[in-house]
Amino acid sequence: MCRMHVTFGQWVIVTVLLLQQLLYLGREYPKGAGYFRDRLKSAFLNNKDVKDPKMIKQMIARGEFVIKELEALYYLRKYRAMKKRYYEPEE
Amino acid sequence: MSRVLVGVKRVIDYAVKIRVKPDHSGVVTDGVKHSMNPFCEIAVEEAVKLKEKKFIKEVVAVSCGPTQVTETIRTALAMGCDRGIHVEVSGKDYEAMGPLQISKIFAALAKKEEASLVILGKQAIDDDCNQTGQMTAALLDWPQGTFASEVTIDGEKVKVVREIDGGLETIKISMPAVLTADLRLNTPRYATLPNIMKAKKKKIATMKPADLGVDMVSRVEVLRVDEPPTRLAGVKVETVDDLVAKLKANGTI
Repeated sequence: MCRMHVTFGQWVIVTVLLLQQLLYLGREYPKGAGYFRDRLKSAFLNNKDVKDPKMIKQMIARGEFVIKELEALYYLRKYRAMKKRYYEPEE
Repeated sequence: MSRVLVGVKRVIDYAVKIRVKPDHSGVVTDGVKHSMNPFCEIAVEEAVKLKEKKFIKEVVAVSCGPTQVTETIRTALAMGCDRGIHVEVSGKDYEAMGPLQISKIFAALAKKEEASLVILGKQAIDDDCNQTGQMTAALLDWPQGTFASEVTIDGEKVKVVREIDGGLETIKISMPAVLTADLRLNTPRYATLPNIMKAKKKKIATMKPADLGVDMVSRVEVLRVDEPPTRLAGVKVETVDDLVAKLKANGTI
């Protein structure tokens, strides 16, 4: 199995794509898009000097985890609202 | 292989607090956040799933309304629909638009596009009519599988598990057919940014109801819109005797 050498530029691209997707999802954040954007910005800025590829990989994985969490949050809120409005409560 | 038409409606976002206009002619929509009707999202997801399972070849997203509805069509394209159709309706026609006009449009499009299935949300969260799917099927003289919580294609037939009062009903209907999506049919996917970018390249055709031979004249006139009555505060009682006394005093027993 060959180990692919990821250039620094490629990490930047991956990070930017992650940031864009998080910003996009953050628009619907219950506490407000601004609240989310501020926290997202500080989270990324606090880690801007990290150079170790292993750490970068870990943080990107964490970002992807947050994306999944947000999608789950949004889905559950919507599902529960629809269930409450349109269906009889289960005995 | 076949083509599926999916209807998507642009409605006020489900999480927004609705305000009635001061003149009671309707609700405030200017500057209010809009999004795709949640049941329409489920309809789109089902259509895209059927395509991924290779039961159908093409999914066409359709929406009726002013220019803004193209945003809703773009969301459907980002979820996986192949192309869109925007039926332009604006002004008074748009305000008066309801299930009758929409179902006439969808019936005309279903014939024009030679669709095997028309999938719609069971109802819109703004008007809660729950009529468009049923009317479309009637106009086309096609079978209908409404309140679908499970859809399986079996050759030229569709097996639909329907949510009904008191449980589930399973029916088998021939295609072409109209289906309406219920809450538990599936979990709609999120449009990722790469998919949204790709969706910008997909085509959205524009047309007018007149092009489909549909007259938009409404047979319904909205007289007045009011907020629901505010719930009066309840009264707490200490004992069963108190409760009985209060009910008697109220004339209830």
